[in-house]
Amino acid sequence: MRLAPYQSSDCFDEMFAPDGQPRPSGKKFVERLQTLSEGSLQQRQKAAEISLQNMGITFNVYGHEAGTEKVWPFDLLPRIIDAHEWETVESGLKQRIHALNLFINDVYNDCKIFKDKAVPEDLILSSKTLRNQCRGYQPPQGVWCHITGVDLIRDRDGQIYVLEDNLRCPSGVSYVLENRELMKRTFAPVFQGMSVAPIEDYNEQLLKTLLDCAPAGVNDPTAVVLTPGIYNSAYFEHTFLAQQMGVELVQGSDLFVEDGYVFMKTTKGPSRVDVIYRRIDDDFLDPKCFRPDSALGVDHLMEVCRAGRVTLANAPGTGVADDKAVYAYVPQIIKYYLGEEAILPNVPTYLCSDQKHRDHVLGNLDQLVVKPTNESGGYGILMGPHSSQAEREKCAAAIKANPREWIAQPMLKLSTVPTLVGDELRPRHVDLRPFVLCGKDIYVMPGGLTRVALREGSMVVNSSQGGGSKDTWILRNGHSLSEPHFSPAVLEKN
Amino acid sequence: MLSRVASSVYWLSRYVERAENVARFIDVNYNLTLGETDTLANQWAPLVYTTGDQTPYEELYGEPTRENVLQFLSFDKRNPNSIISCVSLARENARTIREIIPTVVWEQLNQFYFMVRTAAGEPGLMDQPQDFCERVRLASHMLVGATEATMSHGEAWHFSRAGRLIERADKTSRIVDVQYYILLPDARDVGSALDVVRWSALLRSASALAMYRRQYGKITPSRVADFLILDTQFPRAMHFCLRKAQESLRYITGSTAGTFQNLAEQRMGLLCSNMDYTSVDDIIEQGLHQYIDGFQKQLNLVGEAIQDVFFTSKQQSEPSSTQTQSQTG
Repeated sequence: MRLAPYQSSDCFDEMFAPDGQPRPSGKKFVERLQTLSEGSLQQRQKAAEISLQNMGITFNVYGHEAGTEKVWPFDLLPRIIDAHEWETVESGLKQRIHALNLFINDVYNDCKIFKDKAVPEDLILSSKTLRNQCRGYQPPQGVWCHITGVDLIRDRDGQIYVLEDNLRCPSGVSYVLENRELMKRTFAPVFQGMSVAPIEDYNEQLLKTLLDCAPAGVNDPTAVVLTPGIYNSAYFEHTFLAQQMGVELVQGSDLFVEDGYVFMKTTKGPSRVDVIYRRIDDDFLDPKCFRPDSALGVDHLMEVCRAGRVTLANAPGTGVADDKAVYAYVPQIIKYYLGEEAILPNVPTYLCSDQKHRDHVLGNLDQLVVKPTNESGGYGILMGPHSSQAEREKCAAAIKANPREWIAQPMLKLSTVPTLVGDELRPRHVDLRPFVLCGKDIYVMPGGLTRVALREGSMVVNSSQGGGSKDTWILRNGHSLSEPHFSPAVLEKN
Repeated sequence: MLSRVASSVYWLSRYVERAENVARFIDVNYNLTLGETDTLANQWAPLVYTTGDQTPYEELYGEPTRENVLQFLSFDKRNPNSIISCVSLARENARTIREIIPTVVWEQLNQFYFMVRTAAGEPGLMDQPQDFCERVRLASHMLVGATEATMSHGEAWHFSRAGRLIERADKTSRIVDVQYYILLPDARDVGSALDVVRWSALLRSASALAMYRRQYGKITPSRVADFLILDTQFPRAMHFCLRKAQESLRYITGSTAGTFQNLAEQRMGLLCSNMDYTSVDDIIEQGLHQYIDGFQKQLNLVGEAIQDVFFTSKQQSEPSSTQTQSQTG
C-alpha cells in the first residue's frame, strides 16, 4: 500500500521520525506495510473485528442496558519498541516492584521508613487505601503485590515516564494475549520473521508466581481465581486467566471457611483452596473484616489469610502504595530500600497536601492536570488547559476542602502511533501498561497493553471512555529477551 | 468440580437441546401443514402443547395462529422456552463457566447466538421457517460435535451429556405424546397414504426416518412408538437417552451398574429398569398418553434429585446472585 503523508505534530511519534522517515525500530515493519496491496490493510482490520466478535472478546460497560458487552476495539498497527530500550524499561520495572513490595511490607510491619523520616508518616496514615486490618501480616515470600500493571507514557522529549502503578487488581493482560493471537491470525505475513519477543508464556508465569507464594508446607497447592461475577467489567479477563491456567474460576458464594481453612463447594463435597488470585477489591473480600454489606466475598477469609493458611494475590492493603500521593515518593522509596536511583523517572508531581505545592497548583490550574489520589479509570480528572473557568473554580474548591486527596502534574503530550482511520494512517496518542509478576522471581512481560485514544487529538485511552488497543512488539534484534526473565530471589528479607 | 459450574454446564446443554427441539417441532409441523386442506392445515395449537407452554401462550396471544405460534416459539423473549431465550440462556450459562469450556465450543455457541439474534430481525424469515430451523439444528449439532471432539470426557462432559439427554428424552416423549394423540383418532386413515405421510413426518422430526426404516421397514403406529420410546440404539429414543444419562451419572459418582449412592441415581435406575423390561404392547395397553405422562413425572423427579444432590450446596445456603441456570421447563 501507499503511505499517505503522515505527520505527528508537537509530540513524539513511535514509528516515524520528524523527517517522515521510519525510526530504526519501525523500518522493517514500514517496508512490509508498503508491499501490501491496496485495501489489504482495511480488509485485515475488518477480519480482525469479525474475529473479535466471534471469539466473544468483550468488555462490559457499566450503566448500559442488558447485553452490556462491547467488542474490544483493536487496531492492527502495532506499537514497536526496540530491544535496547526495553532492557531499560524491564530493569526499571523490576527495581520499582521490588522496592514497592518492601515498602508495603514495612508499612504494615516495622514502619522503618517513617521512623527514618524518608516518607512522611501522616501521608500514609491518611491514605484511604491503607488497611489497618493488615497490620502485622507477613505474606509468604514477603510478597504483597504479585501482579502489577504499570502505566508508562512517553513525553515529547522522548523519555519514558511511569504515570502510575496499579497494585490492586490491574486489568488488561488478557487483551494483550488475545491481541497477539489475533495479530498472528490476521496479519501473519507482516508478523512473520519480525523477531517479536514472545508473551505467550504469561499464563504459565502467572500460575508459577501464584503457586510460589502458596502457604508454607502445602505440597501440591490449589489455586483459584476469584471473580465478582459476570457483571464485572473485567469478567472476560477472569475467565480467560482461569482457563489458561487451568484453575477454577470461583465466585464468593462458591467458597466458605471452615476449621480455619478455605474450601470450595464441589459436586464431591468441600475441596481445599490454598491460593486465591482475587479480582475483587479489598473492601468486598470479607464482610466480617471489611464492608459488612458486601455479598461478593467470603466470611472470615481474612482470618485464614492472616493465619497463613491461604494466600491472597494481591494481598489486601497493597493499594496503599498506589495512592497517587504516595506515587510521588516512589523514587525516595527505591533509594531508601535499595540504595539505588530510580531507573524509570516519575512524572513531576505536586502534592496538594504540601502548602508550597498547593499554592503553585492553585495558581496554575490552567496549565496542570489535577487528579484525585484514589480514583482509577480516569475518573475525576481535571485537564487544566482544556478546562473551563467554572471547572477550574470547582476544582480549586475541592482542593482547598481536602488537599490530601489531590495531586497535580504538568500536562504531558503522550506519544503517537500510526493508526488506521478510514483509508489512512493517522497519529493517535498511546500509553503502555506492561505487567509485572512477583513471586520467588520477578517477571516482566515483554510489551504490554498499548492503549490508544481513537479520537483525534484525544489523550483519553481508557476503554470505558472510547479507547482501543494495539499489539505491542518488543523486537529482539538478536537479544534473547526470553532468556533470563528472572532476577535471583530478590525479596528475601534483609 | 464446582457445584455451580456443574449446574451451569448441565443447563447449558439442556438449553441448547431445547432450542434444537423447538426448531424440530416447528419444522415438522410446517411440513405437515403444507398441502393439507383439512383440519390439519391449521394445526398450530399442538405445537404449543408439545412445548408445554400453552398457558403463557394463551395469556400473550390468545388463539393459536401460525404467525403467532412461530413468533412465540422462535423469537419471543417473554417465552423462556423460545429458541432465542434458550440460546441466550445457554450463552449466559456458558459465559459464567467460560474457563472450563473449550474455546471452539464457546465460539460455536457465540455464533449460534448471533445467528438467532440476527434471524429475529429478518422480515419474512418465518414465511418459510425450514431454513431457519435447519440452521438451528445444524448449529446445535456443531456445538455437540465440538464438545464431543474437544472437551475431555470427564466430569464436566458427563454433566453436559446428562443434561442434554434428559432434555432430549423429555422432548421426544412430548412429541410422541402429542402427535400420537392427534394422528390416531381417525381409525379410517390407518394404513392410508396420508397416514404414512404423517407418521413419516413424526419420525422425521426426530431425524429418525431412515433409522426406523432400516429397523422396521413399513411404517405402523405401534412400531413408531416402539422405536421412539424403547429403542436402545437410536440416539433420540427415550430409552437410549436415559441409559446414557444413567451411565454419565454413574461416571460422576463412581457407582457400579445396579447400585446407587444417592437419590438421583436411585430414581434414574428405577426409571431405566422399568423401561428395560417394558414392551410397546404393555405401553399401548396401559394407554400411551398415561404411560408418557408417568414417564415425564418421573423424569422431572430425576431432574430435581440431580439438582439437590449435585448443584445445591449443603454447606451454605445463600443462592448465588448471578445464577441463570436454575430454570426448569
